[in-house]
Amino acid sequence: MARALITVPQDAKRGDVVEIRVLVAHPMETGYRVGSDGKRVPRDILRRFACRLDGEVVFAAELFPAVSANPYLAFPLRVERSGTLSFTWEGDGGFAQTETAALNVA
Amino acid sequence: MRRALASLALGVFASGVLVAGVLVAGSAQAQQDARRSGYDDMSPATQAMQRDDTQNPAMLFVADGEALWKRPAGSDAKTCASCHGDARMGMRGVAARYPAFDASLARPVTLGERLNLCRTRQQRAEAWRAESPELLALEAYVALQSRGQAITPPNDDRLAPFRARGEQRYRQRIGQLDLACAQCHDDHAGKRLGGSTIPQGHPTGYPIYRLEWQGLGSLQRRLRGCYTGVRAEAPAFGAIGLVELELYLASRAAGMPVESPAVRP
Repeated sequence: MARALITVPQDAKRGDVVEIRVLVAHPMETGYRVGSDGKRVPRDILRRFACRLDGEVVFAAELFPAVSANPYLAFPLRVERSGTLSFTWEGDGGFAQTETAALNVA
Repeated sequence: MRRALASLALGVFASGVLVAGVLVAGSAQAQQDARRSGYDDMSPATQAMQRDDTQNPAMLFVADGEALWKRPAGSDAKTCASCHGDARMGMRGVAARYPAFDASLARPVTLGERLNLCRTRQQRAEAWRAESPELLALEAYVALQSRGQAITPPNDDRLAPFRARGEQRYRQRIGQLDLACAQCHDDHAGKRLGGSTIPQGHPTGYPIYRLEWQGLGSLQRRLRGCYTGVRAEAPAFGAIGLVELELYLASRAAGMPVESPAVRP
């Protein structure tokens, strides 16, 4: 059930600064908690997020154990042209998820 | 100088009248309905999280629920949509009426139990276990269709004895701390317990995304949390005692708008 919610404004004009919002389903297990069996629950977090416009990185973030489950990121982006936004989350245990959304600039 | 003082005094007097006016208006409204949703006592940031669907993590579950609504299940390979059609039409206002009476079981059932009954009776599929991600997702999707509608417990005489027992449970002191629900959520609501404001305990937004849980959970999970909190033995999920309590809480919150899926701290 790996899923993400992505919000890209559809009424942007050339040169506008728009807000891109992404929410991804992930447990963000810190690695500091102890399970009911007394053993430490292994860390399982997202390490890196990147947003690319037609392959060019326009925003990136590193994530750490203090970030809550199902991380929500919102960031501004100055839009100069239409294209395809791709969003990539990478994390522990080989977690990798990529979603795409169309960016339409009038 | 004297004139300045006089105008100052006048200003104070005028603002005093204004304050009194606001207070009167406020208390008139309070008499109308002193009930507060837990939403009203949350921080602005958490309120924004609930208000804005792009921020609300429960919407991840809603997206799953929508997929489950359309996915065939069981030996008959029926989907929810085969019988109920588009959930946005067919499920409108349904969650606001639960718990409701089930004639064949001769007892009230919660929305989650109703979904599982539909699965076993109509789809001939296996019931989901309580608090499973699938059950919560579908419940959140169905509950979303009632958002903004008033909670309207069914006017069904068969529910009355269960509701009365629910109220009795609400006022019954339990656990090593010897506390009843009513002592916190009626008598001391709005005051603080540790760092948190004690809410009035209206179940307006279930299933909720609770920040403490880092996930979605049902009203029964929340109720069981309170049982543990007063050092009492928590009833099992689906126990009639919890359903009765839900039934009473729904009648106590009758008329308040559904916020599902809500965010709570």
